[in-house]
Amino acid sequence: MLEIDRLALDFLRYRGLWRRAAIPCLHDVSLTLARGELHAVVGASGAGKSLMAQALIGLLPGNARLRGSLRLDGELLDATRQAALRGKHLALIPQSLAALDPLVRSHHQVTWAARRAGVNAPRAAAERALTDVGLVGDSARRYPHQLSGGMARRVLLAMATAGEAEWLIADEPSVGLDPAHRAGVLEQLRRLADAGKGVLLITHDLRHALSVADRVTVFHAGTTLETAPATAFQGRGEALSSDYARALWRALPDNDFARPAVHEVPQLA
Amino acid sequence: MLEARDITLGYRPGDSVLRGVSLRLAAGEWVGLSGASGSGKSTLGRLLAGHHTPRRGSLRLDAAPLPPHGLHPVQWLPQVPELAVNPRWRIGRILAEAWTPDAALRRRFGIADDWLERYPHELSGGELQRVAVLRSLAPGVRYLIADEISSMLDAITQAELWQTLAEIAEQRDLGVLVIGHDQALLKRLCQHQLRLENGQLWAEP
Repeated sequence: MLEIDRLALDFLRYRGLWRRAAIPCLHDVSLTLARGELHAVVGASGAGKSLMAQALIGLLPGNARLRGSLRLDGELLDATRQAALRGKHLALIPQSLAALDPLVRSHHQVTWAARRAGVNAPRAAAERALTDVGLVGDSARRYPHQLSGGMARRVLLAMATAGEAEWLIADEPSVGLDPAHRAGVLEQLRRLADAGKGVLLITHDLRHALSVADRVTVFHAGTTLETAPATAFQGRGEALSSDYARALWRALPDNDFARPAVHEVPQLA
Repeated sequence: MLEARDITLGYRPGDSVLRGVSLRLAAGEWVGLSGASGSGKSTLGRLLAGHHTPRRGSLRLDAAPLPPHGLHPVQWLPQVPELAVNPRWRIGRILAEAWTPDAALRRRFGIADDWLERYPHELSGGELQRVAVLRSLAPGVRYLIADEISSMLDAITQAELWQTLAEIAEQRDLGVLVIGHDQALLKRLCQHQLRLENGQLWAEP
């Protein structure tokens, strides 16, 4: 069980030469992720979803100040433990394609990831991971700039799954993919969860997250408003407890496509 | 009526992205356009807005050729607004380059007065997209090509943007071509839909 309990995050920034001011980015962020679960985190851009992912894996910038607690299987997940687990048991699929090395062919990068994760036969593991995401033959051997955005995203997914990581954090893994590839990526995350891994899916695409997720946490303005089972997103959203979650659900084009009334979302950024 | 007739266009000699494409978009009409990535949707969109010259075929607005200079009556809105604005200009200057929308219209797009003093990187993607849409609505613009303009937005921001745009399109009788992957969205917005495949247009049932 991975637990985030009342996490808060500030960035320290210099105001003038001497004074430092704290800029609050996250407050009161709580959620749990179980083995075998696919847990989606949805919300507007700028709500702090990616910051939470970086905090989980211990890759925040140096001027970040963290409060609250992270626990993995009951034990505190501190910086030392994060460094030991990162890339082996805890893997991040980053949002930015800039995470790929532009000078190295894709299959080498996946092999490196497998080797870092401590896999016995890294080359075979990389090959398998690339096949799983539908990159075979020539397309797996290209340089990042020769790949389309969708293919590069799948290379990142292969890097995270080449090892035997038990916990996966996927940050917007399906953005920019056409419907067939988007479905492929989401189905693979579902399979990984079904195989016993804990998968955190960070996305702004509520509609498609619902087709694979067990539970959904709604993020708004730096805080987690509520966690609901995916089945609560139906009808007019009566089963949802927060107004923002309901507004987000109703705003989908195949629902009301409605902008929320002002009173429903008091502090819509 | 914006009319493209038998358009052929490619980026390399002997290789055509669009092969004999014909399309009509009437004033006030909303048409959806989908197709796999790389099928030429954006190429067609940019062609309609005058960014490309066809190798063969003709493009006409109300049976007359499109003006070669000045404000183009067909405006293309790209998916990534950062690419459509000068990063060294403030928002006020970016808007003023096309026209000067009044405060009431700015408010309808949720553009606060203090944004005018900001630079593009000081706005979020959704905020900057609203600026880009408002800029494209200069008087004299008759058709909009919305190329995946809401695929990076959350559902609420997306609904707000489209509803504001729909109200203005109705007032001004604008024709809109909506390019996107999201079938639910296209169905919601458009009277009918087209699909681009192998360089040719097909009507979606």
